[in-house]
Order: sequence, then C-alpha cells, then structure tokens
Amino acid sequence: MALAGRAVLRWGARLPSPGPAAAPLCCPAWPPAACGRPYSSRGKEEIDMSTYPVESIRNFSIIAHVDHGKSTLADRLLEITGTITKTDRNKQVLDKLQVERERGITVKAQSASLFYSHEGINYLLNLIDTPGHVDFSYEVSRSLSACQGVILVVDANEGIQAQTVANFYLAFEAQLSIIPVINKIDLKNADPERVEKQIEKLFDIPTDECIRISAKQGTNVEKVLQKVIEKIPPPQCNAADPLKALVFDSTFDHYRGVIANIALFGGEIAKGQKIVSAHTKKRYEVNEVGILTPNEQPTHKLYAGQVGYLIAGMKEVTEAQIGDTLFLYKQPVEPLPGFKSAKPMVFAGMYPIDQTEYNNLKSALERLTLNDSSVTVHRDSSLALGAGWRLGFLGLLHMEVFNQRLEQEYNMSVILTAPTVPYKAVLSSAKLIKEYGKDQITIINPAQFPDKLSVSEYLEPTVLGTIVTPHEYIGKIITLCQDRRAVQKDLLYIDENRVMLKYLFPLNEIVVDFYDALKSLSSGYASFDYEDAGYQSADLIKMDILLNGNPVEELATIIHNDKAYAAGKLLCERLKETIPRQLFEIAIQAAIGKKIIARETLKPYRKNVVAKCYGGDITRRMKLLRRQAEGKRLMRKIGNVEVPRDAFIRVLKRETDK
Amino acid sequence: ALPCPQWPYCRQRCSYCNFNTYVVPAVDEAAVRACLVREAQTLLRLSQVHSVTSVFFGGGTPSLASPGTVAAVLEAVAGAAHLPAGAEVTLEANPSSSSASALDGFRAAGVNRLSIGVQVRGAVPAAAAAAPPDPIVTVLPPQSLDDGELRMLGREHTAAQARKAVEAARGLFPGRTSIDLLFGLPGQSRDAWAQRLEATLRLCDDHISLYQLTLERGTALAAQVRGGALPAPPQDLLADMYQTARSALVAAGFRHYEVSNFARKGALSTHNLSYWRAEQYIGVGPGAHGRFVLRAEGGCSREARVQTLEPVAWMREVQSQGHGTRSRAVLSPLEQLEELLTLGLRTDEGITHERWAHFSPQLSLQAVFGEPGEARALQQEGWLVLDSGGLRCTWAGLAVLDSLLPDLLWQLQRV
Repeated sequence: MALAGRAVLRWGARLPSPGPAAAPLCCPAWPPAACGRPYSSRGKEEIDMSTYPVESIRNFSIIAHVDHGKSTLADRLLEITGTITKTDRNKQVLDKLQVERERGITVKAQSASLFYSHEGINYLLNLIDTPGHVDFSYEVSRSLSACQGVILVVDANEGIQAQTVANFYLAFEAQLSIIPVINKIDLKNADPERVEKQIEKLFDIPTDECIRISAKQGTNVEKVLQKVIEKIPPPQCNAADPLKALVFDSTFDHYRGVIANIALFGGEIAKGQKIVSAHTKKRYEVNEVGILTPNEQPTHKLYAGQVGYLIAGMKEVTEAQIGDTLFLYKQPVEPLPGFKSAKPMVFAGMYPIDQTEYNNLKSALERLTLNDSSVTVHRDSSLALGAGWRLGFLGLLHMEVFNQRLEQEYNMSVILTAPTVPYKAVLSSAKLIKEYGKDQITIINPAQFPDKLSVSEYLEPTVLGTIVTPHEYIGKIITLCQDRRAVQKDLLYIDENRVMLKYLFPLNEIVVDFYDALKSLSSGYASFDYEDAGYQSADLIKMDILLNGNPVEELATIIHNDKAYAAGKLLCERLKETIPRQLFEIAIQAAIGKKIIARETLKPYRKNVVAKCYGGDITRRMKLLRRQAEGKRLMRKIGNVEVPRDAFIRVLKRETDK
Repeated sequence: ALPCPQWPYCRQRCSYCNFNTYVVPAVDEAAVRACLVREAQTLLRLSQVHSVTSVFFGGGTPSLASPGTVAAVLEAVAGAAHLPAGAEVTLEANPSSSSASALDGFRAAGVNRLSIGVQVRGAVPAAAAAAPPDPIVTVLPPQSLDDGELRMLGREHTAAQARKAVEAARGLFPGRTSIDLLFGLPGQSRDAWAQRLEATLRLCDDHISLYQLTLERGTALAAQVRGGALPAPPQDLLADMYQTARSALVAAGFRHYEVSNFARKGALSTHNLSYWRAEQYIGVGPGAHGRFVLRAEGGCSREARVQTLEPVAWMREVQSQGHGTRSRAVLSPLEQLEELLTLGLRTDEGITHERWAHFSPQLSLQAVFGEPGEARALQQEGWLVLDSGGLRCTWAGLAVLDSLLPDLLWQLQRV
C-alpha cells in the first residue's frame, strides 16, 4: 500500500480509510472538511492558546543513542499528561513509519504539546522530537534551536555511546539546559552509578543531577516532568513583537499540501494572515494553525514561545525548508540564524530491476521525495543498467531508510549501486576554468574526473567519527581505522572499561562497510557516529576496468591511490565470477591510466553443447535458445566481450548484510 | 516419417532421470497396447504419410512391455502406411529387462535394432518419402560397466548384467546394437574414464551414444550434488573427457556423425538422423512429441504436437477421440528454420543446401549466413564452415555449438 503524507502516517489506524494509493495526487484541492479530519485526543473544542503565556511554556527535546529508550520515555510523558490514553499498546507512539519501528530509530521528527499542571500552574510542555541519527544532524540542530532544554537519555546498562556524545555536543553548543536521565534501571545488568560517573567525566555534569528512571515501568518519569519545568527556562520572546516563526520540520499531505512545524520566536499567528518565507520570498495566506497532540488540532492562534503547525497553501516541501523563517507580509524581520539547504553527502545510482518498471519507480520516487526534500534526484542512465537516477542522501542511514521506505510503502524493488561521495578538484588549467566558469568543481561521476595535469589538487569529503567501545577492542578498532586512512584525534577512557575514540575519516572509507566491520570486530559492542568535517586534500586517481583492453565505462571509479590495487583486484575477481565464459579468453584488468594494476583471466568455453537433442527435446531446447538469442539484443558488448546485465548488477550493486 | 511409440513405465526411477516415466506396480498392458495401436493409427491417418522409414520404441523402459505389444504397434503402422521390410525398428532396452529370451521375442515381433541405455527418448518416425536406408537395431544401454557407478546412478542392473546383456544383444542383433556411454559422473577421474572407454570399446558393437551426465533438476542425483554429498565435475574435466572420447572413438573407426553419436560400418541410426534433418515424425504414447503436416485436415504447415503426459489421462483421451494430442502449434517458417539450424548443426554433415532450400526456398543459406555478421565472424574464428556442402560446425565448433546457436538465431531473426 502506498501511503504517503502526514495525515496517514500520523493517524495510523485511526484514519478511517486513506483511500486508494494512486488517488491522492489527482485531488484538486484539500478542503479540510472533505477529509473529515478525524482527530483528536482532546475533543473538538478549540483550545484558547492565549491562556498559556510564555512563562508557562517549556520547549524541549529528548536526545539519546539508538535503543536507549527515547521513544518509550516519550510514550510515558504523553500518557502522564493525558495526551494519549494509557494502554499497553503505546509503543513508539511518535514513530509512525514501519522502518522507524523496525529499526528503533526516528526518521521523521514528530512533536507533541503536553498540558501539565504543577504546583497550581497549567504548563504547556512542547516535546519536540528529533531524528535519531546524525545523518539528520542538520534537522536535529534545527529542532534543537526551537528548544531551551533537552532530556539526555542514557541506557543504564550500555552507558554512553557514540550518538550520546554527538547529541550532547549539539545540545551543549546550542547552550541548552541538559537534564541527564539514566533509563532502564529495571534491567538486571543496570549499573546507573557507573553511567553517572561516565556522564560526570565526559560531560562535566554532577552525578546527583542524573535522574534514574525506568521509562518502561514508569518509574520516576513524573520527576522528569517536574525537572523540565524547574530546570528548563521558558522561551525568551514576546507576543507583542512582529511574527517570527522558525520552520523546524515539514511534511506533505496529499489533501492539504505542506504542513510546516513551526516555533514562534515572536508575535502571533492566525488563520487569514499573510506571511512570507525569508528564504523563498514567497507569500502565502495562512489556512490553518494548530498544535500537535500529537495529531493536528487546530487553534485560533499561536503565540510567541509556542510550537505547532501551519498550513498555508504551500504545494511542495521545498517551499517550507527546514531552518527557514516566516514573517508577516510587509513586516520583515531578521531571519533566524543557521539556515542552510540540505547537502547530500552520499550518492548512489538507482535503477529499476526491470526497465518496464521505470515509470512506476519514477512516480514512487516523486511521492517519497515530497516528504523528504533532503534527497536530491538527478536523472541518469547507464549503458548497462538502463535509465535511472543518481540520488544524493544526507548519509548512509538516510540512504538505507529511503530504500526501505521505497520497498515497504511503494512495493518497489530497485538496484541500488554502491554509494560514492562527492569529490572536488581544484583546477589549474585555464581552459577548464573557463569551461566550468569556476576553479573548483565537484565530481560525482567518474566520467567527469579531470586529468591530473589540469588539476592543482583533488579534495575529498571527511567526517569526524566518534567511536565508543569496551576497551578490549581498542587494538582491532585502531587497526581498522588506520586501514581506512583515518587520523586519530582523541582517545579518552570514559570509565575503567570504556573508551571513546575520535578519528578523522575520509567519508568514502566509511560509506560502504565500515559500520558492519566495526560491529563485527567488537561483537556488536562498539558504537559509531560521525559528523561532517569538510574537505581535505587527497591523492585521488581514476581506475578503469578493461575487458580485453577495452574500458568499461560504468565500472570506472574514483579512488584513493593507496586503495587502488586492492580495489582493482577485488573488482577483477568479482567480474571473473560473474561474466560467463565465452568462446575466447577474456583478460579482465584494472588500470590507472596506461598502467595495469590487476588482472584476472577468464578461460574460454571448451565444451557446452547439450548432450541429447532428440524429437522430444527440441521444444524445450528452442525456448532456451530463443531466449538467449533475444538476450543478444540486451547484451552489453565491450569490444567482442558480451557482458550480461546481471553481471553488472552483481558487481555494481551495494552489498548488504555481509 | 517416423513413428515413435512411448512406453512410459519403468521398474524403478533412475537417480538422474527426469523423463515422463511412471513406476506403477501393475500395468494393464492390454489397455495400454490398445491405446498405442489406436493412437498410431489415428495419427498416421491424420498425417497421410505413405511410407514409414523407421520406428523407435522409447520410454520409459519399453523393453518391459511384452513383445506382443511391439508386434501390435508395428502391425498397426504397417496397416496404416507402408512399412518397408528393412525399415529400422529400434527398441530401447535396459540391461536388467533384456534377457536373451525376451530380446529374442522382440526380434520375432519385428525389432531389428536395439539401444541399450540411458536417457534416450524417441518417437515413431512418420513416413518420409525417401528410400528406407539400412535399418539398425539399438537396444541395450550399459551406461557404465562399473557397479559403484551404477549404484550411484540408481540403476538396478550390475556391471556383469550389463556386459551379459550387451553380449546377448549383439548375438541377436549383430551390427545393430547401440550402447549408451555416460561420462561426467560425480567423482569420475580422467583415468577412470579412459579405462571405461577402453572397456566399452572391447565390448561394443558398431554404434555408441556418448552422453555427458546432465544433472536434471528434480532428480535425486542433482539434489545430492547440490547438497554437496557428491562433487560436481569441473567444466574443464568434462571438456577433456569429451575430447578424449571423441578422439578414441574416431581412432577406433567410428564416424562422429552427431554431437553424441558414433557409428562404424554405416550403422548410423536412421531414425535419429531424421530428427536432426528436421524430417517429419509422429509421436505416439504419453508425453510423446511429433512434428508433421496434417494433410488429412488439409494442412500444409508443419505442426509441433505433444501428447498428453499423464498415462491414465492419455488413455482416456485415446479411447474417446482416437488420440491424446494435448497441444498442437503450427510452426512458422522462421521457427522451422530455427529448429533446422539447431538440429542440423549437431551432425557432421551439417545443413545441406538442399535441406535448407526445402524449408526456405526463397532465401539461401548463403544469403542468410554468407553476409557479414555473426556467422561470418564465427567462420573466421574457426567454429563454422559454409561451403558447397552446406553449413556445419568444425571439429572444435561442435563442442561449443550452444555458444554458436544464439548468435546464429539472432542473425537469422534479423534477416
């Protein structure tokens, strides 16, 4: 079933019938009445948001390493505040995508407004969920910019992990109040004391500030809410100022268009107002505002300090880019700092397994990217794999999640090629500089790789990786990192048994199988996270693959000089296994310029004639032969060597689950 | 034309066989016989062939049937069309079901060639207009003369039985006994194969069918190899074994007249040659295939026909409508040429210009394959020959024919 759009994802089972998958696009408009809007958890009455002044508002996020219990804690908070009914079925209420539940990660941030009475005061607590992986670190940072504080959840058994570190620093640098929470104290192996010490050592937070809880059993969760009110300051803003709203997330609904999640840094917003996007300069009229509980619930207005959603006739998610600022028409304000467009860091080719599926895949891609503006899509075609696209992703997890959603929500099965990273070249040739109109170019396709003679320097993207591991694996991990050309930046014992390592990695060294290798050599105990660290100079070369001396365009790769020999050898071996024998000997070679660096030889067929062919065997025989003759049409010929599409697929395809 | 009656029953299923065979405790032979007779009559009438050049009793294990059944079918063939006195009548046999007395009975019934062996299937040749050539008898198939190998193949006979059967057959059908020889058995070595070859040459008559063991899907042997219980023979070893055997047989005076068939003293199988020359043949019995023109229905195009596979259903159909044809398809001129190419190139004579012209009066062999293209390239590389004799494989080309055919078909389709 091809479900897309926020309403369906958010409402889940409660939506009566989302209708046929193909229909929504044909819907000419999105009148709310037509859709029935089957909310809500708090009744139909619109809440008067003016009863919640800035002083009684708290905006916060929960941040945690994967599986440390972020979503479970969110479920409990929603229950305690009566936002959702307490049942046994509340598991990852805010995680609606199948992939989120399966992987225990949050891909699409969801938010919720909680109403909580404490010491006679009614508080409005806005829980602003964040995506749970640094692939989405930009989104995380935007979500955090709408907050004044965070709950940092750490597993009482596993302790601080790589993502905990990365998330902590994001919050710390945003100068947010941090409430450390040690979760899963009900587990047999829980050692909250050790974790408190880690937190003290690494984050400089006194041990007595940690709250020990069991989100699963609800132990001490109420305390967390009280700490949120006590420790996190209310937002600093004024409803009397002109409107200034931060877009910190956006989704697409087939009936209503773009729904933008906003945080008001000043002023107020109501239906009928005319607003402008600081980034696009486009003007819109507000159709609806409201809060998320966690389903959309319209309100008359939203006021400074509050968090909610806005619908304003935006047709594409790119019109509501994360980090953008909205203001009232003719009352411009200084945009909020930190906006940038999403920049893909990992590229991969995507092709339909069967070319007749091209149009279906195209429409599935269009629908999925409606909800995920951070994926870049460029049409591409390969002589071997046919027509397809080159997609850019924020990171590896982002790529995997996108592919998984394509399969699960659109039932699409695709060929995804091994990921590559965007390299750069600083040009020295005046002719090329003139041709490109600039002296530095980004290279995504090996075919564009400029010759060394016309380049003063090649650059590759790097990331700063954080690894947290039990100390017994340090040796192996250091070796692994060195193999990946990484440079050590830090090594710190966070307690007697655990070590945090920081390495500067060339991005291409981690995009294929680094995480799997790390997990397998540490028996699953080491955790890894990374953040963008800019470009560095690199000794890059273009490696060609030759079949009987003829280059195979789609197998050319850009690679670091030190890695060329091993990669060339591996590629030749894999080709030898996948190209069928032919009537003549085939030399499979890897070459840098004119220099051959690896070679495999595929021996010719000596006998393949079928033994028996009598009266009854012919029909079956002819079927096979006609198919083979037909296959000649689709065969990619490199010189005289025939390479079936399957061979390309097997060599180019990303290897998963090694 | 050639009728090819099928006897679909076996005493047990061999581990490598995926043919349409049935192991049932008791066969109502009288009923099966009546149906074979009836279907042969019906189909011969539909084809309106005047003369039958050969008859091949395949299976199953037709030697399990009684000589009376064979006699009845032959009688029906002779009644519906002319069956010349010397026409080749082959019976496929299995060493354990081929006692001298049984074979004698078959000879008396009209069988004049015996094929002892493995996976050979046949069909009854429909009458070709050509004069009947010297008939050959094919019956006893000792694929192997080694007890261990026989056990692996799931054959119920022993090497000694096989040897005895061949000797008995040669006594009854001198010069007209063919034996099957299998190579590429899991674990078989070059030396073992060389010895087997020698032993076979000492025992054999004037016809040998040489088969590489194919691991057919769904057979016990294939499952054992896939599961790793038996080793899969390497490609290069198989190629070596084939080349060794070809050379040894030719040195012993055999003519390598088809990919897998060798004959000396002119003992070629007329029946099988007709398949490879794409002549007409009529399939009789469950699962039998045929290729003939339905003259009785005013047809003028060659049809591909398949009889109902399952014996009980087949019998029911024959009883109610005279034949159990399950599928018929008119072959287009291109399809006929494709079959001719695929089959004809398996023989040492190849496809003669006359044969080609019979199917393609307009476009000559030269016009299709003499022009620049795949065939020309294959000739230059030494795999094919196109000359006044026609189109055929070279000695080297024959072994890799399956790599040549897709190119040739692809070229043919584009003409």
